[in-house]
Amino acid sequence: MDRTLPLSALQHYLYCPRQCALIHVEKVWEENLYTAEGRLLHLRADAGAPGRRGGVVQDRAVPLRSDRLGLYGVADVVELRPGPDGRETPYPVEYKRGSPKVEDWDREQLCAQALCLEEMLGVEVPEGAIFYGKPRRRERVVFDAPLREAVQRHCRELHVMIERAATPDASPGKRCRGCSLAGACMPGASRRVEAYLQRGLDP
Amino acid sequence: MKKLLNTLYITSQGSYLSKDGECVVVRTEDGAKRRFPVHVLDGIVCFGNVLCSPFLLGHCGDKGLAVSFLTERGRYLAGVRGPQSGNVLLRRAQYRLADDEDGSSRLARSIIIGKAANSRAVLRRCLRDHGERVDRLAMDRALAVLDDCAGRLRRPVPLDEARGMEGQAANAYFSVFGNMILAEDQSFCFAGRNRRPPLDAVNCLLSFVYTLLAHDVRSALEAVGLDPQVGFLHRDRPGRPGLALDVMEEFRPFLADRLVLSLINRGEVRARGFVRKESGAVFMDDDTRKTVLTAWQKRKQDEALHPFLKERLPLGLAFHVQARLMARAVRGDLDGYPPFFWK
Repeated sequence: MDRTLPLSALQHYLYCPRQCALIHVEKVWEENLYTAEGRLLHLRADAGAPGRRGGVVQDRAVPLRSDRLGLYGVADVVELRPGPDGRETPYPVEYKRGSPKVEDWDREQLCAQALCLEEMLGVEVPEGAIFYGKPRRRERVVFDAPLREAVQRHCRELHVMIERAATPDASPGKRCRGCSLAGACMPGASRRVEAYLQRGLDP
Repeated sequence: MKKLLNTLYITSQGSYLSKDGECVVVRTEDGAKRRFPVHVLDGIVCFGNVLCSPFLLGHCGDKGLAVSFLTERGRYLAGVRGPQSGNVLLRRAQYRLADDEDGSSRLARSIIIGKAANSRAVLRRCLRDHGERVDRLAMDRALAVLDDCAGRLRRPVPLDEARGMEGQAANAYFSVFGNMILAEDQSFCFAGRNRRPPLDAVNCLLSFVYTLLAHDVRSALEAVGLDPQVGFLHRDRPGRPGLALDVMEEFRPFLADRLVLSLINRGEVRARGFVRKESGAVFMDDDTRKTVLTAWQKRKQDEALHPFLKERLPLGLAFHVQARLMARAVRGDLDGYPPFFWK
């Protein structure tokens, strides 16, 4: 991969390729995105040194990178837990704010973090967890072969899309309701301009 | 969707604008201070001798606010923009398209379609509302020219022909523009467009409102990452905002011209609000200028159905929507540029 993309781009891509292109190709709402990211970074900067919580070593705001995937980013939390061989193994944990359930793209996002950790540390990262919803529930995510393949496939697609700098057409669905970019997306506008022009010319 | 924000127009001579936290502080010569939070603004337009601190300009650049400096009479002097929004890919696509005769003529055709259709709609609306008070024959003749243009625009037209048609449509439309002025006052006689300087009150109003429209369109284009200087219908001339002029075309008849007509026809501007110089040039006095600015801001809050997107939005956001659609057309995500048709 000759270009590294932020993990958030993969996250956007998994949610909706068009949303991802709007943000990362068309640079829509760059300002909002960056101010939001800036705020997050600010919060994370305060996260400080690794600590212990309930006997588990926990590091917050952990910078990540993978050359194979062409991704970089920051993990919310990485814990060290005894792995299958008894040695301490990195264990990525994501916190989802106020969402009722864990979606496929959340699992892939977490798995991408695991692949980054594996590449950086030369160890295996077999599983992680997502905390979500109110009341807080925890879902274990096992990074099995199909999940890993899905991450690699989507990463390749993401890189191709950004490289071509083309915005894919909208495929409207229920995702659109929660999308903050609906205004810039204009999912209704596709390829019907000529018919529209002819109507405008009608007497 | 983006929220419709306000433009801050500074007309008091000798004002000083500075930044205080997230606020613009306006200090007028009499020492009075007023504050405006930056997040409720989308631009600042300074008329005449108004100073801005560099820190305020930098802050506006960061926040994507366009700051324009005009003479007291509204001629554009300069604009200050922050570091580019970084959409260099889009701008390169725009330059490639502008260098391509075919691509340029496709977009130019869309732009003229928007202008011709909206000019026609304005004349028809006037006939419908005031048919008994206007010269029907002249109106019908002008409409016939516009209909003929519309017919020829159904097919692709070469670039030079497109430019010729733009001239024809404008001439036909302005030949009857005076018809739409229903005020009895002879000072609002209109005998054709003239500018730099405007020689009558109507041209003075038109020029001023076009300047306001140009500022808004230009900042919308910059906000989506397009280069306002490189147009398709309006070719590059140094210092001329070609693309801003292109996108303005569809808005002139129904937004700018109708605003001028209603200001005159409703008696909101008066003959005594204009000053004639020895050379024959005509200018507005301060109160008239404020009246026009207020009316422009108010007009931008009126809602309309966007004919292409089928969404209701305040007219002030239509510039942003059209800029976004233009960016889509330039990138090839749309099969052409859909102008805003006013009905």
